[in-house]
Amino acid sequence: MPSIDDELSPLQLNRFQHLRHFLTIEGLSRKHLTDILDTADTFIEVGSRSIKKVPLLRGKTVANLFFEASTRTRTTFELAAKRLSADVLNINITTSATSKGESLSDMLRNLEAMAVDMFVVRHAQSGAPHFIAKSVTPRVSVINAGDGRHAHPTQAMLDMLTIRQHKHKFEGLKVAIVGDILHSRVARSQIQALNLLGAEEVRVIAPDTLLPPYVDQFGVKVFSSMKEGMRDVDVVIMLRLQKERMEGALLPSEQEFFRLYGLSQDKLALAKPDAIVMHPGPINRGVEIESAVADGPQSVILNQVTNGIAVRMAVMSMAMSGQIAELTADEEVA
Amino acid sequence: MTSLIDVDAAMRDMVEKLKLLCAERNIDKPALVGIHTGGVWVARRLQSLLGWDGPVGELDISFYRDDFTRIGLNPKVKASSLPFETEGRDVVLVDDVIMSGRTIRAAMNELFDFGRPASILLVALMDVGGRDLPIQPDVVGASRRLESNQRVKLLGPDPLAVELREKTGSS
Amino acid sequence: MSGRILIKGGRIIDPSQSLDTQSDLYIADGEVVAIGAAPADFNADMMIEAAGSWVTPGLVDLCAYLREPGYEHKASIASESLAAVKGGFTTLCCPPATSPVNDTAAVTNLIYDQALTAGKAKILPIGALTKGLAGEQLSEMHALREAGCVGVSNLRYPFRDNQVMKRCLEYACSQDITIFVCPEDYALAKDGCVHEGATSGLLGLSGIPAIAETMAVAQWLILAEETEARIHLGQLSCAKSVELVADAKRRGLKVTCDVALANLIYTDAVIKDFNPAFHVRPPLRREEDRKALLKGVNDGVIDAICSHHQPHESAAKLAPFAETRSGMSVIELVLPQIIALTTSGELRLDAAMRALTTGPAQVLELSTGSLQIGSAADVALIDPTEKWLVTESNLVSKGKNCPWLDTEVVGLAYKTIVEGRVVYDRALMME
Repeated sequence: MPSIDDELSPLQLNRFQHLRHFLTIEGLSRKHLTDILDTADTFIEVGSRSIKKVPLLRGKTVANLFFEASTRTRTTFELAAKRLSADVLNINITTSATSKGESLSDMLRNLEAMAVDMFVVRHAQSGAPHFIAKSVTPRVSVINAGDGRHAHPTQAMLDMLTIRQHKHKFEGLKVAIVGDILHSRVARSQIQALNLLGAEEVRVIAPDTLLPPYVDQFGVKVFSSMKEGMRDVDVVIMLRLQKERMEGALLPSEQEFFRLYGLSQDKLALAKPDAIVMHPGPINRGVEIESAVADGPQSVILNQVTNGIAVRMAVMSMAMSGQIAELTADEEVA
Repeated sequence: MTSLIDVDAAMRDMVEKLKLLCAERNIDKPALVGIHTGGVWVARRLQSLLGWDGPVGELDISFYRDDFTRIGLNPKVKASSLPFETEGRDVVLVDDVIMSGRTIRAAMNELFDFGRPASILLVALMDVGGRDLPIQPDVVGASRRLESNQRVKLLGPDPLAVELREKTGSS
Repeated sequence: MSGRILIKGGRIIDPSQSLDTQSDLYIADGEVVAIGAAPADFNADMMIEAAGSWVTPGLVDLCAYLREPGYEHKASIASESLAAVKGGFTTLCCPPATSPVNDTAAVTNLIYDQALTAGKAKILPIGALTKGLAGEQLSEMHALREAGCVGVSNLRYPFRDNQVMKRCLEYACSQDITIFVCPEDYALAKDGCVHEGATSGLLGLSGIPAIAETMAVAQWLILAEETEARIHLGQLSCAKSVELVADAKRRGLKVTCDVALANLIYTDAVIKDFNPAFHVRPPLRREEDRKALLKGVNDGVIDAICSHHQPHESAAKLAPFAETRSGMSVIELVLPQIIALTTSGELRLDAAMRALTTGPAQVLELSTGSLQIGSAADVALIDPTEKWLVTESNLVSKGKNCPWLDTEVVGLAYKTIVEGRVVYDRALMME
C-alpha cells in the first residue's frame, strides 16, 4: 500500500521536535505535555504579580481568527497574548463570508502581508487549523482554539493543569468524562492528553447516541450508566450539552438526560470522597450539572478559568519559540 | 576539578564590601534576590555568611530576555519567586557572572514588574568584562578578562566552583 | 490516418479471449484483422516494434467526470479525453452531473459533438434517470438512449420516495436501458465526508457509515429482482456490498458492479492529517473492505475497475477537509497504480486487465475492450517497467488534484490507438 508523507515530521513540530504550531494533542509525547504544564505553572506565578505582564512577545502580532463565535475562549486568548505583550487583532468572521476555500486563503495571505506572527483559530470545521497551518508561511504559528468536533487542545491542557494542581500526578487516576462525547472536541483532546500523561483509566459515560463510532479505540472504558461509571473516580469532567441535540433524535429531552447523566450530589457520592468536578463551561445548570455541585466544595470550575490564561500563554510562547528556532535553522542551512 | 578563582575567598571579600556599602548607604536588611540558577546559589551563600534571615528571592528572567526573537524560549524556564514585598524595599540583586549586562537589564525589568524597589545594589561573583550596556556591579568577588572563545560557568550549589570553558569551532 | 498497422512482438494480453502471448497484432481499416500470422496481402503502413511491451485492448472506464458542459473551469472534454488516451483509455462513460444536467438529447448530442471535435477517446454519456437529477420525474430515457446514452443514473441524489425509485426501474426495464446506481442512503450519508469509523471519530469528521451503502445495495437488489431491471452498481466500497452482489449474481439477477481505483489502494487511515487529496465519495473504508474489493476483482464478482476520475480546479481542495470537493484526478494514473497492485500480488494481472477492458465493455453490452478478429482496433501499448515522476506539468488533465503528485510510479501507455488511429503517441508529446 503506497504511503504518503509518512516520513515528514508532524505538522505541528519543528525539526527539533518542539512545538511550532499547536493543533492537537495527538502525535505529541508525554514530554511535550509536561513541558506545556511546567511552563504554564511559571505563568501562573506571573498572573499573581502586581504587573501581570511579561515582555516575551513584544512586537509580535497575534490574530484571533474566530470563524465561530466564542467570547470566553477568545477573551482568554486575548488576555494571554496581551500578558505576553503581543499586539492582538480580533477578527470575527462569519462562516458565510469564507465558505469558499479561496477567500479563506486570500484572507490568510492578507494577514500574512500585515506580518501577523500567530493565528489563533476557532472554526466549525474539523481540520481547519491543520489546513491553515499547511498553507501559511514559515513566519506564522497556528494555535487551535477549537475546530469542529476534532480538537480543543488548549482546553484539554488547562484541564490537565487543573487536575495536576489538585491530584499532583496522573498515575493511578480514574477520570470519568460524562455527556455528549460525540460532538465534543474537548473530550477528544482530554482523552488523548489523559492517556499520554499516564492516567490509570479514562472512562466515558454517555448513551450510545452521544458516543463516536469505535470510541473504544480511543483508549477509554465505555459506560452507559452513571451508577457504574462514577464508581471510585478521582476526577469527573462534565461536558456541555447543546440544545440542538434533541432535534436529531439523539436524545429525548433535557429532563431525561439530566435524570440519567446530570451530575447531582447523589451521583457524585459514588466517586471518591476527594474527587474533583470539572466543566469546560459555559454550564447549563440543571441539564449537565446541579447548581449545588457546580458551586460546591468539589468543583474546580473557576480554577479552570484561571489556568486557561496560563496555559494559553505557555502554548503561545512555546509555539513562537519553535517558529523562531525553525527560522534560525533555515537561515543556517541557507 | 580546579576552580578558576578561589570562590570562598571571593565570597568573604564580597561580604565585607557589601556590609560596608550597606552601612554607607544606610541600608538595613535588604532583600536578597538571585538570578536563576547560579545567582541564586551565590545569593544563598551570601545570606548565610551575612547571617541575614528571611527567604532569598529567585528570578528566572527567561520571559524578559532581549534575544527571544533570535533564540526562542528557554525550555527549562522556572517560575520566579519573590516571597516578600519588593515595593519600597532595598534589593540586592545577585548574579554569578556579569558580562554583557543584558541579563541584569532583564532582571531589573522583571523586578520592577513586582513593585517599585527603593534601591537596587548589584553583586556579582565574577566580572569578566565585555559589557554591551552601561551597567556596573557595586560589589564584585573577582575580575578576569576572557578571550573571545572563552566562557565561564559556575558549578554548584555545593561546593561552588568556577569552570573555564573554551568554545571550539565558530559560534 | 487509419491505415494498416503491424504491432510486432508484444505481449498480447486480451482477457476477452483468455489470451496472454507474445505475438504480432495486425490492424486494418480500424479493425483487428489478425493475431500471429499476417493476413494475405498485408502491407503495413506503420510498424510498431513492441518487444517488451504489453499490447492490450484500449481500457474502458465506466465513470470519468469530464466536467463539460457547465464546469469548464475544472476541465473540458478536450482536456480530459486527451488525459484518458494518455492513460491508455479508449472508451469513457461520463456521468450526467453536468450543467445543464444531461437529461435531454440536446446535452447528449453536445457531449458527442465535443468528443468528436476532440478526436481522442470514445465518449459514451450516461443520462439522468430523473429530470434534473431531482428524483421526482422520469427523464426521457428513450430519447436519451436514441441520442447515444449507454445508461441512466441518478448518481448520489435522492429519490423523493421509494415509489419513484421503483417506477424508475420499471420504466428503464421497459426501455431496455441499464441503470447505473451509486448505492448510498441519502439520510445515512448526509453531511458525511469520510468513512464512519475510528478515523472519523478521531478527526471529528462526520462519517458515512458502511450501512449507508450496504442498505442501499440490498434495497436496489430487491427492487431489481422485483422489476427485472438491469442495474449496474457503481463504485462499491464495502465488503458487505461485494457479498450481496455475489449472492445476487448467483441467483441470476441482471446485476453488475464496479469499484473505483482509490478504494482498491487506500483505507481511511490515510486521511490522518486531514489531507483533502483523499476526500473521495464513496469514502475510503477499512482494510477488510479494501481486501474484499481486491478479492472481488480477482474472483470476477466485481466486473470493472473505474477511474472515478474527478478533475477539480485547485481552489476546490483549498479548504478545511469537509468543505473541499470530493474526488481525485486519476485517469492518467490508473495503469501504473494497477501495475503496482499486480506487482505487490494484491491483484492478478489477468483479473485486473479483464476489469479494465472486457469487463466494463460487457457491462455496456459493447464488443469493445477486446482484440478479437473483427473488433474495433482500440489498443493500448504499455511499457510496464518505465518509471516516471508524476508532476503537475506532466499531467495532461486540467485537474491537478492527484494524490500521487511528486511520487515516482512505474508503467505507462506509450501509444494509444482508437479504431486504428494513433490518438496518443508519447514520443510526439515529449517534443
